[in-house]
Amino acid sequence: MKEKIFINARIIDPSQNMDEIGSLILNDKGKVKAIGKNVKKTDVGSGSELIDLKGNVLTPGLVDMKAFVGEPGYEYKENFRTLSHAALAGGVTSIVTMPNTKPIIDNVSMVDFIIRRGRDKANVNLFPCASITQQCEGKLMTEFGLLSGRGIIGFSDVNKTIQNTELMARIMNYASDIGVLIMQHAEDYELSKNACINDGEIATRLGLQGVSALAEKIIIERDLSLLSEYPCRYHINQISSKQSLDVIKKNKINGKQFSAGVSINNLALNENDIGDFKTFLKLSPPLRLEEDRLALVQGVKDGLIDVIVSDHLPEDEESKRLPFAQAATGAIGVETLLPLSLEMYHNESLPLNKIIETLTINPAKILKIKKGSLAKGSDGDICVFDLEAPWKVNAENLKSKSKNTAIEGRNLQGKVLMTYLNGELVYSV
Amino acid sequence: MAVKKNNTAIKNSPKHLLGIQSLSIIEAKEILDEAKEFIKLNRSKSKKLDILRGKTQINLFFEPSTRTQSSFDLAGKRLGADVMSMNMDNSALKKGETLIDTAMTLNAMHPDLIVIRHQDSGAPNLLSQKVNCAVINAGDGRREHPTQALLDALTIINRKGKIEGLKIAICGDILHSRVARSNIYLMNMLGAEVNVIAPKTLMPKSINRMGVNSFTDMKKGLEGCDIVMMLRLQNERMQGSFLPSKREYYEFYGLTPEKLKFAKKDALIMHPGPMNRGVEIDTKLADDINVSLIKEQVELGVAVRMACLKKYCK
Repeated sequence: MKEKIFINARIIDPSQNMDEIGSLILNDKGKVKAIGKNVKKTDVGSGSELIDLKGNVLTPGLVDMKAFVGEPGYEYKENFRTLSHAALAGGVTSIVTMPNTKPIIDNVSMVDFIIRRGRDKANVNLFPCASITQQCEGKLMTEFGLLSGRGIIGFSDVNKTIQNTELMARIMNYASDIGVLIMQHAEDYELSKNACINDGEIATRLGLQGVSALAEKIIIERDLSLLSEYPCRYHINQISSKQSLDVIKKNKINGKQFSAGVSINNLALNENDIGDFKTFLKLSPPLRLEEDRLALVQGVKDGLIDVIVSDHLPEDEESKRLPFAQAATGAIGVETLLPLSLEMYHNESLPLNKIIETLTINPAKILKIKKGSLAKGSDGDICVFDLEAPWKVNAENLKSKSKNTAIEGRNLQGKVLMTYLNGELVYSV
Repeated sequence: MAVKKNNTAIKNSPKHLLGIQSLSIIEAKEILDEAKEFIKLNRSKSKKLDILRGKTQINLFFEPSTRTQSSFDLAGKRLGADVMSMNMDNSALKKGETLIDTAMTLNAMHPDLIVIRHQDSGAPNLLSQKVNCAVINAGDGRREHPTQALLDALTIINRKGKIEGLKIAICGDILHSRVARSNIYLMNMLGAEVNVIAPKTLMPKSINRMGVNSFTDMKKGLEGCDIVMMLRLQNERMQGSFLPSKREYYEFYGLTPEKLKFAKKDALIMHPGPMNRGVEIDTKLADDINVSLIKEQVELGVAVRMACLKKYCK
C-alpha cells in the first residue's frame, strides 16, 4: 500500500479535541502516521499519493452501535455485502450487528459462523452482539464469558426487554464480574401490549394502541436501581422520551456509570410525521412528541445521551405494506445516519463536534474498541464529507437491499464523498 | 319519486369515503341532503332504483357485523347494483393472504365499489391505495365509522331539524370506539357542542385536542344535552381489566331515567348497537319510543348508505 496524504482537510476528531484545517498521513500499513495543522506535504516521500480534500471535512470512520444484518436467515432483507455498501456510502466503517437473526446468535457456533461469513462477505469492521438471553426469550442467560471470548462485543436482546427483575439482577450481577457490556432495550411489556405508536393525540386520531413513555422510564429506573447493586457495563440502547432523559440526568448527576443511545429517527422525526398510516415510520421505540424530540436533542448536547445510532432495520416491502398494527417495525438508516444528523448542525441545534463525537469516539469508548479516532497509530478508517452539499433522499438510490427509509423525499444537506477502510478507498461518489 | 338527479357541481370530490376526518362539510351536507330523499323512497312501496344498474359492489367484511353489513347490502340492492358480500373471517386471510393480495384479486374483477370493515385501523386507507374503485369504510379498528356518524347526524336532523347549536353527549367506551371518533368529527363539523363521558380508563389520551369537553361524571356531562349517544361496552372490558365490574359501571355510567333527567327535558337517546341492556342502558329506556331513536337509526342507516354509494360510485 502506498503512503497517502490528505491535504486541505477540515479535520474533526473529537477524540483529540481537534477541529482544524490540516493534513493527515496514512503509512503504508494503512495506519495514521501524522495528523493536524502542522503536518506538511513535505513530510511524505515522493512516491506517496496526494489527496486534496479542498476544505471538505475529514473525520474518523463512523461507528454505528445498532444495525441489523439479515444474515443468517433474512438474507432477503439485507446481507453482509449490501449492508457494507450502505454503511460505506454513509461514512460508517464500524458496525455493531444485532443478534436477532434466524437462528439467533446465542451460542458459540453461531458466533464463529457470522465472524467467518462477515470476514468473507463484508467490507466494514463488524462487531457482533450476542443475545443476553437464549433465543432472546428473556428467560435464561447466554454464555457471556465464552461468547465474548469468541469475539462478541456486547449483549443485547435487540428490541426485546428482560422483563423479569430477578433475572435482570442476576444478569447484571454476573456481567459485573466478567466485564461484558449489557445493552438493554427499555420497554415494559405490560404497558406496551399491542402498542405500535406513541400514546397521544395521533394514537387517538388514528385509532391505534399507543404506548406511554412510562413503559420506557419504568425499565430504565428499575435497571439503574439494580445498577447500584451490580455495577456492570450497562447501556440503554435507545431512549425516546423526555421522561427517560430526566431519569438519566438524575442518575448521571449522582455519579452512576452507564451510557445511553438514541436513534437518529427519534432526533429527526416526531409522531406527526406518521401522517396517514405511514408504516415506514412505525418504529420501536416509537416516535414521540416534538417536545420529546427537542429534549433528546438537548440531551445529546448536554452529554446525557452518549451515542446516536441508525437503528438500521431493513424490512422488505411485504412486511410493511400491511395495516399499521400488523406492519413490521423499523427503518433503514445506516446510509443516511450522518447526513440526517448534520441536519441538527445546519439548524443550529447541535455543534458539529458534538455530532461527530456521538458517532465516533463515544461509541468506541463504550464498546472498548480502538476505533472512532484518528490519533497517531490508529487504523486508517476515514470518512470525508461535504458539509454543505444538498441532496434529496430517494429510496431507490439507497444501497440497502430493503428500501424502507423513514425519510423518503427529505432534503438533506451534507454528503459523504469518500470512505476509507484501513487506509484503502472503499467508497467514493 | 323525488330523488335528485345528481350533484355534479362539486368537482374533484374524493374518490373514497375513508373517514369523516377527510370529509369536507360540503360533502357531508351533500350526503345528508341526498339521504333525506332516500328516506322517503325507503318508506314507499316501490323501493328499487336503477341508479347503480350495472355497477358491482363488494362488501368485504373482515369482522362480523349484522346491521352495517345488511344495511350496505340492502342499500346497494335498492340502487340496482350487483352486490356481493364476502365474509372474510374464514376465508383467504386464514390461508396467509394479505389484505393487499385480496385487494388485488378483487380489483381484477372490476368492482365499482368496495365496502370494507376491518379490525385494523387504517386498513381501508391501505386498500384504497391499491384498487381502482371507490372504497367506503364500514368501520376500521377503533379509528372511524363514517357512515354510522352520518346516519346518526341524519337521525338527529330528522328529529331536531338541525345539528348546529345542539349539545351532544357521547358516553361509554370512547377509547375503543370508532363510532365515537367519527361522531366527534362530524358533530363538531356540523356545529354541535360535544361532551364525551367515560371512566378514565376508557378515555383516550389528548381527547380534548379533538375539540370536545370530557367528563368522568356522567351527570355533569349530560347537563343541558339535547342528544345522548350511548356506546357499546364489550363484556371482556368489564371484568377487571378496564373496570371493576358490570354493576359498578352501570351504577356510574349506565343510562337510567334518573341520570337522563340531568340532560334537557326533550333529550333523545341514541345507540349504534348492538346494545347491552342493563349494562350501558336501562332496557325500558332503550325501547321508549318517546326518547329512544335507536330503531330510527337503523332505518335511516340504509338511506345514508344509499347516498354514500351513489356519491362515491363514479
